Amino acid sequence: MANYIGSSLKRKEDRRFITGKGTYTDDIVLPNMTYAYIVRSPHAHARIKAIHADKALAHPGVVAVFTGKDLQDDGVNPLPTGWQITDSMIEPPHPVVAVDRVRYVGNPVAVVIANSRAAAKDAAELVEVDYEILPAVVDATRAIEKGAPTVHDEAPDNISFTWELGDKAATDDALSKAAHITRLEIVNQRLIPNAMEPRSAIGDYHPARDELTLYTSSQNPHLIRLLMCAFVLGIPEHKVRVVSPDVGGGFGSKIFHYPEEVIVSWASRKLGRPVKWTAERSESFLTDAHGRDHYTVAEMGIDKDGTILALRVNTIANLGAYLSTFAGGIPTWLYGTLLAGQYKYPHIYVQTKGVFTHTTPVDAYRGAGRPEATFVVERLMDTAARELGMDPAELRRKNFIPADAFPYETPVVLTYDSGNYEASLEKAMQIIDYQKWRDEQAKARNQGRLIGIGLSCYIEACGIAPSKVAGAIGVRAGLYEGASIRVHPTGQVTVYTGSHSHGQGHETTFAQIVADGLGVSPENVEVVHGDTAQIPFGMGTYGSRSLAVGGSAIWRAVEKIREKAKKIAAHKLEASEDDIVFEDGKWVVKGTDRALTLGEIALTAYVPHDYPEGLEPGLEENSFYDPANFTFPFGTHIAVVEIDPDTGKVQILRYVAVDDVGNVINPMIVDGQVHGGLAQGIGQALWEGAVYDENGQLLTGSMMDYAIPKADDLPHFEVDRTVTPCPHNPLGVKGAGETGTIASTVCIVNAVVDAVSHLGIKDIPMPLTPERVWRAIHGK
Amino acid sequence: MGHTIKVTVNGVTHEATVEPRMLLVQFLREVLMLTGTHIGCDTSQCGACTVLVDGVATKSCTMFAVQADGREITTIEGLAANGDLHPLQKAFWEEHGLQCGFCTPGVIISSYDFLKRNPNPTEEEIRHALEGNYCRCTGYQNIVKAVKKAAQSM
Repeated sequence: MANYIGSSLKRKEDRRFITGKGTYTDDIVLPNMTYAYIVRSPHAHARIKAIHADKALAHPGVVAVFTGKDLQDDGVNPLPTGWQITDSMIEPPHPVVAVDRVRYVGNPVAVVIANSRAAAKDAAELVEVDYEILPAVVDATRAIEKGAPTVHDEAPDNISFTWELGDKAATDDALSKAAHITRLEIVNQRLIPNAMEPRSAIGDYHPARDELTLYTSSQNPHLIRLLMCAFVLGIPEHKVRVVSPDVGGGFGSKIFHYPEEVIVSWASRKLGRPVKWTAERSESFLTDAHGRDHYTVAEMGIDKDGTILALRVNTIANLGAYLSTFAGGIPTWLYGTLLAGQYKYPHIYVQTKGVFTHTTPVDAYRGAGRPEATFVVERLMDTAARELGMDPAELRRKNFIPADAFPYETPVVLTYDSGNYEASLEKAMQIIDYQKWRDEQAKARNQGRLIGIGLSCYIEACGIAPSKVAGAIGVRAGLYEGASIRVHPTGQVTVYTGSHSHGQGHETTFAQIVADGLGVSPENVEVVHGDTAQIPFGMGTYGSRSLAVGGSAIWRAVEKIREKAKKIAAHKLEASEDDIVFEDGKWVVKGTDRALTLGEIALTAYVPHDYPEGLEPGLEENSFYDPANFTFPFGTHIAVVEIDPDTGKVQILRYVAVDDVGNVINPMIVDGQVHGGLAQGIGQALWEGAVYDENGQLLTGSMMDYAIPKADDLPHFEVDRTVTPCPHNPLGVKGAGETGTIASTVCIVNAVVDAVSHLGIKDIPMPLTPERVWRAIHGK
Repeated sequence: MGHTIKVTVNGVTHEATVEPRMLLVQFLREVLMLTGTHIGCDTSQCGACTVLVDGVATKSCTMFAVQADGREITTIEGLAANGDLHPLQKAFWEEHGLQCGFCTPGVIISSYDFLKRNPNPTEEEIRHALEGNYCRCTGYQNIVKAVKKAAQSM
């Protein structure tokens, strides 16, 4: 029997994508469909004095024009947020469509629905909105100053919450006694996710059946259904089906419950016709939740011999105009808890202020809090090493949590499951030939060339768990995953998973697990996801949770199928249940050649003529898996860069990533996840960044102005692994979707600063564009 | 105010009356229901809408449907001959040159045009040739490998 786990099986889902037969939401056309176009605020902050829709309504093909007041009068509630950070967190209402005030450019103001996209767009230009423009604030550090414009009356100082973690007194004390303090001021700039498929949603209401189907480009259809039914529309969940078909990338931006999902659902119920909305790219820029946007002051206290004593971090996090679904959790629990990194320093204190501004809401973007934490820790490590005159690898090695210390409890509430940090550092240094590059760097400097070597030793926490802990830290949801496995009478298998694939290849990876688990070929395993009418209640895909949580749920269901199959096999083979073992993909009577395959057992289960007394027919099992802990992938990345002193352009000469994501099911897919993560992380380091002007206009509002990495911007990545299995889930897996992003941003910045440090440069703010690097080198 | 156009798409000639402002990509997706060609950006950066117009890779969001009158278009749906995958499609599958699949049709079509002009490219040339196609999933590494592999088998 083939061992599919661990093999680079080609993806089962690819045939439809390479032949143009994928089904993304905008590809769906329903009979009698209408099209919604959303009138959005051109101002960052304004009072809506009046909306005149008469001309738009009179436009040919227009079916309806709705304003925020129409939705409000019909009982549509504001959008909820799903993470309560402190008891006193201020949660101002987030209307689906603005009613009296707009708070960011792009805020929905009215909806035009017409028989064609073109008619809806034409008519939208005829909607006249009278605004009284009000002063805006876009920078979070400015927003908390006295006299700054107020975003919400409920939060006069613009602060939603002040959150802290760790022992402040002990940390202050340790810092006051430290021989050396390394201090950095860090701007982790705002990013715009830019999944290639713009968001899209179709509401399809059938009045006679009183049933609504919402097609939406989401990473978690059940979460959308729950939030929309229970909080926003107040309609029964069993009458609503949410389908997220093929989804063209998410990176976090498609986790959240967005206004447009409510708009098309509500409008379809009003009109009795399907309503489709698809974002234009400029709408994606303005309305997909943004990522990052932290201002941080971090101080690390270090002893004479390089032993790190304490870390103190103060962060101001820009939340944008409203609290998006998981907004509060990102700069707090997913950030502060990761500030121990791979190190054993005993004292950490972190404080985060969550601040409202007149900008697009900010929420999880690939890595979500963990890249920001890694940036703080690893920038400090490199800077401290330089200040102490130590090699940066040596300083890290000296402070690593040793391999025999796991499970390891950090000062910021996490218990790391397993790790071997020394091993990944060693491997990365060996692959890149670290000492050779240090020698090369010294030689280059003598010739006026600028070569830099950057390290990043990161920790990640995947699959927030268990649900009890999620509840204790304010997540208004459980964080388990559901799976069900249906074995058909002829032995083929359908797997229904609560995880959602939008590029991750679940249809293949999950099939490999089930194939090995039940002794069938992956071709005979179909994985169904993304449709609430088919799958068990699922929490969806984000935070690198699919394999560790969703895959484990599938494995639990496999075990239940095996148990029942064993009973059937024992009966058919006239053996004791204790003598039946699962070997080479078959149920075998121990020590004999008598065996049954899954197909033979399944047929017996569905045609139970000769069957164990009291056993139910059929072969189908459900499982809900609530993990015991997070999983903690880790690794070391090393980059070598060369800077052109005349232009400031950074060229990446080598990039080595050694990741440890526990056991690997499909190495090809894991490598692919790492590559993509690296591209996004390097994108932040070198090119990407949202820029607003002081009035709240997004200056980087198109792909012409916001620099997404292109093929010839990026190097060939050298990707390798160590394997330290997760001890607490049945597959021993950790999670691979975000490691690349978490590690690479700071790795590149460290390399660039290393290249110019001998010129007296301590830091350069991201993105490290040629202009910024050139200015740093030339002191301009 | 409609214009009648005659366009051959994937070997089949279609006659249709379209508004002058209708983009070629809208014509393909909304009139012919060939939804394999995607719209990713509206500003001609991303390349998700790339098709062949008379054999030349063209961003179909930069061209009006009426400009396609009398011309031959090939979309991703027309690349596989008699159900056999084109070497590029095979190579993208084998080398894991796609993840979410949204940019993939455009990338494959651009690569098709490129390999015709440069049948034996270096990695650097491939990366340069794909400048007009954004992919947010793969970091391009396996796309480059796939194009190289396809070049060897074409």
